Amino acid sequence: MTALVEVKGLDKAFGGVHAVEGVSFAVEAGQVYSVIGPNGAGKTTLFNLITGLYIPTKGEILLNGESTAKLEPNQLAERGMCRTFQQMQICMNMTAIENVMLGRHLQLRSSLITTLFRLPSLRRNETAARKRAADLMKYVGCGDYLDAEASAMSYGALKRLEIARALAAEPKVILLDEPAAGLNATETAALEDLIRKIADQGITVMLVEHDMKLVMGISDRLLVLNYGRVLAEGTPEEIRQNPDVIAAYLGG
Amino acid sequence: MLNRFMQSRLRGLMVLALILIILPVFLGNPFHYELVIQMAIIAATVVGLNLLVGFAGQISLGHAGFFGLGAYFTGIATGTYGWSSIPALVVGAIAVGIIAWVVGRPILRLKGHYLSMATLAVGFIIAIILNNERAITGGPDGMPVPAFDLFGWELSTFGRYSLFGVDISGVQAWYILASVVLLLAVWFAQNLIESPIGRALRSVKGSEVAASVVGVDTAKYKSLVFVISAIYASVMGGLYAHFQGFITPAVASFEFSILFITMVVLGGMGSTFGVILGAVVLKLLPQVLADFQELETVMFGLILMLTMIFMPKGLLPTITATVSKRMRKKAGGEA
Ligand SMILES: Nc1ncnc2c1ncn2[C@@H]1O[C@H](COP(=O)(O)OP(=O)(O)OP(=O)(O)O)[C@@H](O)[C@H]1O
Ligand SMILES: [Mg+2]
Repeated sequence: MTALVEVKGLDKAFGGVHAVEGVSFAVEAGQVYSVIGPNGAGKTTLFNLITGLYIPTKGEILLNGESTAKLEPNQLAERGMCRTFQQMQICMNMTAIENVMLGRHLQLRSSLITTLFRLPSLRRNETAARKRAADLMKYVGCGDYLDAEASAMSYGALKRLEIARALAAEPKVILLDEPAAGLNATETAALEDLIRKIADQGITVMLVEHDMKLVMGISDRLLVLNYGRVLAEGTPEEIRQNPDVIAAYLGG
Repeated sequence: MLNRFMQSRLRGLMVLALILIILPVFLGNPFHYELVIQMAIIAATVVGLNLLVGFAGQISLGHAGFFGLGAYFTGIATGTYGWSSIPALVVGAIAVGIIAWVVGRPILRLKGHYLSMATLAVGFIIAIILNNERAITGGPDGMPVPAFDLFGWELSTFGRYSLFGVDISGVQAWYILASVVLLLAVWFAQNLIESPIGRALRSVKGSEVAASVVGVDTAKYKSLVFVISAIYASVMGGLYAHFQGFITPAVASFEFSILFITMVVLGGMGSTFGVILGAVVLKLLPQVLADFQELETVMFGLILMLTMIFMPKGLLPTITATVSKRMRKKAGGEA
């Protein structure tokens, strides 16, 4: 069986800084796979490489066995990859639900003529997309904000809105970059439930997170990065007992 | 029923239609009609430009270039080659659309000032070509354009027509045509905005990264909206040429491009009815301040700057926000 996401000897240098260096690992379909490491370890850079926002200096990324080297982020989305951002990326010039409906972009292809004349087929699809987006917003827990302007939403609600948008794209794999950052304990608990629900649907989850309790609780496997390099890789149990990790990171 | 109407997505369009129906009561002479017809044609142009600038967050400082190309294409096709108006407008729109696509593809990779400069250059190049190709365009002296014709039926500003038995003048007939065109321009723009394509366009402004990771091909959508706004300009340029009966390269000038942008910014970027208001205000202003004619461009520049500093959302959105705040306060006070 080929892995869903496979990373081989990945390198990314910014000038003299090696943000990611010689990183290799594989994520099987259906796993919750987490990437942890101290600030500046290269976690976000790794996600940016996987989702096609950065071009690797060296190495290769395979999605379902296919090299992603020549693919733009939107082409990776077509192949079932979607993500959220540590620095939230919300379209503040739209309402909350429109942000989620944007996530259905790939499912909602309509011709220019259909659009300009607002033909019945478009109206039907829009109504269905709206309904689905509303359901997703309730699912992630921001159902109170359906027609709110995105700019009027709280930080925590926006974080969930971003997840709803990613889910709207019906991804095979979703990458979440620090979804719990800035959330309080109750919100974090709700997020943990949500990630479990997403994984139970069969969506592969890749997670960057600093909250150790959260990560250790829900991950099938973990990758520990330090200064851009892999410090350890394995199940939560293996990571917890790994002496390097204890020394460099958890032990601190 | 009133409630249903107020919530309808066509509310704005109906209000605009109502204004256009009532307006002739206040139009005393042909000069008034002429002004309003020009307003409508230019308003429709900036409704198209607003798709690019207000909704997709890109800029074009050379849009009069496309307006001018449309005007000259129509003038040359109907005048020199004897085409009928509709085919001239359609083929002109397609030609300008292709030019916009070819030009837009590379320059829309640029951002901010670089995109401004590139679009500025596009406008200049078009104006220079129209000035220099004397044999075809008549050069700086301009060229006459025949009256608008609908398959043999001619619509001249000097003619007299009968509409359902009512005798109307040529400018009144033109007023009807321009009103219908403006309403169509708005309807198409609104349909576009409230659609998957429209969301993709707006996401390019909101967050290009977010757009791309949910599958939006941002380069493609930038080109698409650039082409659509150029086609709006081309068709309106063609109509303008027919209405004026005479065109000079001034229709493609830098001053005209700045006028368009100022209308969008003043009226309210991303507000279809706002930019129409912007067009109305900026077409009226020179009438009021006739003494300052030579300072027109300076004045528009000043308005552009002042709006961006003091009223960044533009006229209509600011007014709407203020009114609804007042009303909420009042409602709160009574409770
Ligand atoms: N676009 C960039 N240009 C230059 N350097 C960058 C860029 N992005 C990241 N870096 C550098 O690469 C290193 C890794 O950064 P990255 O953001 O990937 O870390 P991280 O593990 O996500 O950290 P955090 O936990 O703080 O989010 C840092 O030293 C950072 O300064
Ligand atoms: Mg990070």
